[in-house]
Amino acid sequence: MTGTSEPSALEGFSGRHLLGIQGLSPLEIDYLLNLADDYVELNRRADKKNDILRGRTQINLFFESSTRTQSSFELAGKRLGADVMNMNLSASSINKGETLVDTAVTLNAMNPDLLVVRHGSSGAVNLLSQKVSCAVLNAGDGAHEHPTQALLDALTIRRAKGKLQGLRVAICGDIVHSRVARSNILLLQAMGATVNLVGPRTMLPKSFDGLGVHRFHDMKAGLEGCDIVMMLRIQNERMHGAYIPSVREYFHLYGLDYEKLKFAKEDACVMHPGPMNRGVEIDSILADDPERSLIAKQVEMGVAVRMAVLEALAKNLPNGSEDLPNGSEDLPNGSEEESV
Amino acid sequence: MMHAITNTRLFDPASGLDETGTILFNDESIIACGKDVKLPEGTTITDGTGLITISGLVDMQVFIGEPGEEYRETLATASQAAAAGGVTTMIMMPDTQPVIDDAALVDYISRRARGTAIVNVHPMAGITKGLDGEMMNEFGLLHEAGAVAFTDGNRSVMNARIMQKAMSYAAHFDALIMHHAIDANLVGEGVMNEGELAIRLGLAGIPVIAETIMIERDIRLVEATGARYHVAQISSRESIEIIRQAKSKGLPVTCGVSVNHLMLNQNDVENYRTFAKLMPPLRTEEDRQALIAALADGTIDVIVSGHNPQGEDAKRRPFGEAEFGSIGVETLLAAGLTLHHEIEVPLPRLIEAMSATPARLLGLKAGTLSVGHKADLALIDIDAPWIVDADSLHSRSKNAAIEGRKVQGKVMETFVAGKTVFKNND
Repeated sequence: MTGTSEPSALEGFSGRHLLGIQGLSPLEIDYLLNLADDYVELNRRADKKNDILRGRTQINLFFESSTRTQSSFELAGKRLGADVMNMNLSASSINKGETLVDTAVTLNAMNPDLLVVRHGSSGAVNLLSQKVSCAVLNAGDGAHEHPTQALLDALTIRRAKGKLQGLRVAICGDIVHSRVARSNILLLQAMGATVNLVGPRTMLPKSFDGLGVHRFHDMKAGLEGCDIVMMLRIQNERMHGAYIPSVREYFHLYGLDYEKLKFAKEDACVMHPGPMNRGVEIDSILADDPERSLIAKQVEMGVAVRMAVLEALAKNLPNGSEDLPNGSEDLPNGSEEESV
Repeated sequence: MMHAITNTRLFDPASGLDETGTILFNDESIIACGKDVKLPEGTTITDGTGLITISGLVDMQVFIGEPGEEYRETLATASQAAAAGGVTTMIMMPDTQPVIDDAALVDYISRRARGTAIVNVHPMAGITKGLDGEMMNEFGLLHEAGAVAFTDGNRSVMNARIMQKAMSYAAHFDALIMHHAIDANLVGEGVMNEGELAIRLGLAGIPVIAETIMIERDIRLVEATGARYHVAQISSRESIEIIRQAKSKGLPVTCGVSVNHLMLNQNDVENYRTFAKLMPPLRTEEDRQALIAALADGTIDVIVSGHNPQGEDAKRRPFGEAEFGSIGVETLLAAGLTLHHEIEVPLPRLIEAMSATPARLLGLKAGTLSVGHKADLALIDIDAPWIVDADSLHSRSKNAAIEGRKVQGKVMETFVAGKTVFKNND
């Protein structure tokens, strides 16, 4: 890296990008969660502003539209004082034949500091990060990773249960297509929690065994002893015959209601990354039950976690954007320190 | 005009020849070959001391972008790459634009190749019209026009009834059916080998059964029709076993493997390396080892490059969106020889699988040093090491799966019909 003082892994977060949970140390995860904890307090005040990112430009580049995640990142950046621009490319230039790499090079020429990227293809954000000189934050790539979701889930759990170490967490539903599941598996295991995966065999293939998880195809067995039950969203196109025969059969076997929740620990809490399909993955009343559901909390933690990550990445940017090299040939030294 | 390579190790698995001597040839054919060859007055002599002379290779699966996608590769550029790799005969796949499914197109390709290519080019024609798996092609007319075999290229004939009729009809001509044997429905949106690595990368997997189910189906059809059948490329242990059993029953079944599948495994796609995105996909190290063993014991008949040039725009994409394929016609021999050096695949088996065997399957008079055959030769330094650097290869596209790999074995000079088409000036 350049001569600027850079926090070591011991005192902070050392990556130039956040491309995934893969490659983060437990200390880095802890650091980000602690920082996010502080932002939760800030966000509950009347004056929510901070100027840590003043002068910085943050671009939210969404190749897949997501109102919730994009709003969360937008709010996070604005509360830290950054200039935030949203680019929704799900239906524009990508259809005009421009490639991801073209888009990256074009945006890079505008000298952004922070690029928040969501893309429908696994590995797309890694590819993009190789072509730009700013910090890249993965807001979800295909079925690969969604690191801020895992961080916000971890923060939610930690605040509800006081710890992550030693907990048993069930992740249920369409595991094979879920980047949320992958990032959560990596993070929870890194922090000493045990992960149960539960889902129909079509959505939870055997190959997951290699990840050190416990695999179940039955909610009763899968939820036993769990402190947290995390439900995943089922995409519309997978509901009718391709992976499951019907919504009603899925809800009957895997939809979370008060009955099935009894299989878990008495004080088990329910989570969902949203947006929910009420009556498909989760019973509507249970989802809204403040005694059992952490779903609204997850949304709140989302903003705080994203503020923490933006701050951590901004700290690692070379100071003074005037000196920022332009173009992929001139990547700052230290690109080998990428977090993935 | 007479030409001779002297003091060279003459190596010809097809005839069992392996001795130091001289090969004499004119502007067309091999005149003499052996220890005591008298050189006529005025013979041009190439000193082959320390070098091996083999028949030029026959690469049984080469994709070329001409006509239609000349930015990927033309007959000319592909042939230059081939010449530099000691490949003197390229078997061209019909996946062009338009696809090769008509006698006039076969004729066009042959003429165009004669005009622009510096090695021999023989097209295969489609099994079905438009390569769409629906209607059988005119095997008789296509064969007469010069199609050496029939394949739907990178596409599978999914309809068993169509395949049955095609095989049945082809059997009458003793035509070879070469199939991209993989079930398209089971491939689905898959982009790499199914398994833990695909799960970790969040990429859709292609199961081994996509391959084995199709090969098993086809072998049943071979039993029913008697057609000569060749699997273009196999990629898994399980497929080897199926082929082995079919052969032990005496069925006319053969198979190929790409040299990339002998060199690489699925771990090469780590970090979303799109150059290693191949079809069939690279599988596990155990599969790779099994493929090498099956090559050595003869269960696998042919090694191909599967040369599939893709422009930068097609490869510099997220893994799932990138095109399949790798170039390889220029590195086929060197990669193969590397296997010989590193893990002692017997040299005769190796060379035969890239020359005499494909020539025999396709009915070509090539792949051997026999007197009277066309003087298609490669003079090679079997030990010379080098590093694959796609930028210095002759192909118009640079998507080499083995980019950066150390290989051992260099082509010094290549002759087609007795004329030098490549000379290494290092």
